[in-house]
Amino acid sequence: MFPFSFEWVWDMGHLVFHGGLWYALTILGIGMTYCIIKSIVDTVKADGSDSHH
Amino acid sequence: MDSALFPKGVQRCSMGKFFLGLSIAGAVLLWGVLGLFLCWIKGLNQTNMNDYYGFAIWIWADLAVIALGGGAFFTGLLRYIFGIDELKNIINFAVLIGFICYSSALLILAIDVGQPLRSWFIFWHANVHSMLTEVAFCLSCYFAVLTIEYIPLILENRQLDKVPFIHNLTHNMHHIMAVFAATGAFLSFFHQGSLGGVPGVLFGRPFAFREHILVWPYSFFLFTWSAAAYGPCFTLFITWITEKISGKQLVKDNVVQLLAKISGWMIITYIIAKIADTVYWAMVTAPSKGFALMDFYSNNALYGIWILFAEIVLCGVVPGLILISPKLRANPTTRLIAIILGVIGVSLNRWVLVLQVMAVPVMSFDTWALYYPSWQEVATTVLPVAYGVMMIMISYRYLPIFPQEVELNPIEPLPTETVTEIEVDKETAEEAMVSEGEPAPAQA
Amino acid sequence: MKQAHGKTKKFGMVIDLDKCTGCGTCMVACMAENNVPFRKDETDKRLSITWMQVYKLTNGKSYPDAEICYLPRPCQHCEGHHSGHSPCVSVCPATATDYDSETGIVSQIYTRCFGCRYCMAACPYHARYFNWWDPVWPGDMEKYLSPNVSPRMRGVVEKCSFCFHRYQLAMEKAILEGRHELEEQEYQTSCTQACPAGAITFGDLNNPEHKVHQLAQPDPHHHGRPKNPKVFRLLERLHTNPKIYYFSSKEWVRRAGDNYVKDESKSDHHE
Repeated sequence: MFPFSFEWVWDMGHLVFHGGLWYALTILGIGMTYCIIKSIVDTVKADGSDSHH
Repeated sequence: MDSALFPKGVQRCSMGKFFLGLSIAGAVLLWGVLGLFLCWIKGLNQTNMNDYYGFAIWIWADLAVIALGGGAFFTGLLRYIFGIDELKNIINFAVLIGFICYSSALLILAIDVGQPLRSWFIFWHANVHSMLTEVAFCLSCYFAVLTIEYIPLILENRQLDKVPFIHNLTHNMHHIMAVFAATGAFLSFFHQGSLGGVPGVLFGRPFAFREHILVWPYSFFLFTWSAAAYGPCFTLFITWITEKISGKQLVKDNVVQLLAKISGWMIITYIIAKIADTVYWAMVTAPSKGFALMDFYSNNALYGIWILFAEIVLCGVVPGLILISPKLRANPTTRLIAIILGVIGVSLNRWVLVLQVMAVPVMSFDTWALYYPSWQEVATTVLPVAYGVMMIMISYRYLPIFPQEVELNPIEPLPTETVTEIEVDKETAEEAMVSEGEPAPAQA
Repeated sequence: MKQAHGKTKKFGMVIDLDKCTGCGTCMVACMAENNVPFRKDETDKRLSITWMQVYKLTNGKSYPDAEICYLPRPCQHCEGHHSGHSPCVSVCPATATDYDSETGIVSQIYTRCFGCRYCMAACPYHARYFNWWDPVWPGDMEKYLSPNVSPRMRGVVEKCSFCFHRYQLAMEKAILEGRHELEEQEYQTSCTQACPAGAITFGDLNNPEHKVHQLAQPDPHHHGRPKNPKVFRLLERLHTNPKIYYFSSKEWVRRAGDNYVKDESKSDHHE
């Protein structure tokens, strides 16, 4: 799974397979992080504007 | 009692009735859990598997639920990527069914392996050339996608939605759902396919082996295709069951017909490819290894040529033709027959490519291996069904799974014309709720 | 992989089916040598672990033409069509079974195997066995276990290793004596030595001086297919490229080693 496990080889098979895997995981990770951060920002903003009024 | 948790503007059965239903399914679930723990604690000797039959009934169940759960990725693809907007009325349910199917599949795999505590080896020491490795990775990742797709549904519960952060999170997740759906479709393409590759690469088993395109056997593409084709049949079938049990129409007929039509065309195109694959395999691949077609379908008590006919004609060509015919598709009875045949068809296909593969002898002096499951195997295979029933019961009761339910089942008689008036009605319902002493929903 | 020491080996067997009497000594010797567990009730052979299994073949004719032949079947240590692409090694998701390019031996790493049994599904010879139970040896029998072979735990797959520990011991001895090559007799499997009829010959198929090479005459241009017309391999047509060769003077026995579509002449599989 990682280049430091001993059966890892830098060949086409590993690059394609793990390339696809980490690509998908990165998208999911970034997507969820974006959602959570944006939601926190939205919530804080709304709170701020509430206390303003 | 728990009516404050119901989605806005809908009616649900009494708490007593709900718990009665839950406890019946729960009893079956407990039976399954007993079988599960016996397998974990005492080992796989609790099953009737043997050295000839190393893959057995629950691996079939595993492949079948993944195929049937294919409705989630395909409906998601159609809705979010191809922009078929009507499907928003069934996508929630497709996601829920997909979530149930995939969580069940992962649970089954956890029971199936001889050393469950070493399951992580498949990730850590991954052999990237094994189809099973691809299955494990994509399956787990896609389950994460389904969880991401299911979370906003949970968060849309009327009470949870009142929390501003949760409300925002739901909104934001919906906003970029297309990204998740696209990733899900990408992962699904590969794990559905690699499940087909699992038997397809077995060059020691002429019954399973298929010719390759690059590293992928034909069965790779056929599995993805069939999951996309038959998965929606299962979504529609479970929708039909839910409608019958709840006694309400939950999805409008045009949505059902649209999904049925897409499924029909997918089945027809799939079955043409499947027939071509079967003919090539029977005429070229198998004879080159010394096997005639009938060698695979004779001299045993169960597997006759009927199974090939049932899979391809009765549960493939027939439902496909019914679903592409506007007249037959519009008729609820023929449509239901087609949907059920479709569900059976894809399950049969998975059965053949797992269990029959094990049964067929390869060495000329070997014999057919037939097998029947032990009760522990049956219990653990039924477990996901009970779990699924409970999940659907709970989700249906508390979450707005069916967006059209309010419109189709107005609590008070509605003026029939416009959608805006339904919105107005929702507002009224909310006000009524507030006046009952509920805290007003926190509005951002 | 590059060779550090010596030439690349390809250990294999030639089993003379004309000599095999079906006595089962090879099976017993194998179990004792390799700490193979057994159960009180061994009536269901599909639950028994027998790295070496003797099959009984018949020509299907009735008296007086009836003939039988016994066929011992260890792991075939398939090489596949390109090096190491044996049916089982290629499918193992956790790299728990491996093809050793130095010896041609297909290994099983018990502590790596998590028991998915995909390799068993892949093997057409049924040479792989699953530990459905915890291995238990009655009474003091544990004292008789070989210290050179690790016993296997419940839930993993095991199979014939060509007594790999014997290879390791022989190599250790050779290296201590300053040699990198083994004599033919220095490394022999347990079944080979136990067979009272001398039906099993074991050695390096790459080495023209070894008896196995002379008997089988493997054709390097056709993935080791035997040039000796009386020698065959099991399921040659599946392209598993096994390293167990069988010798038989009888046509029906050689034909039983593979599958043929009706009316297909024997010559077809030699194309």
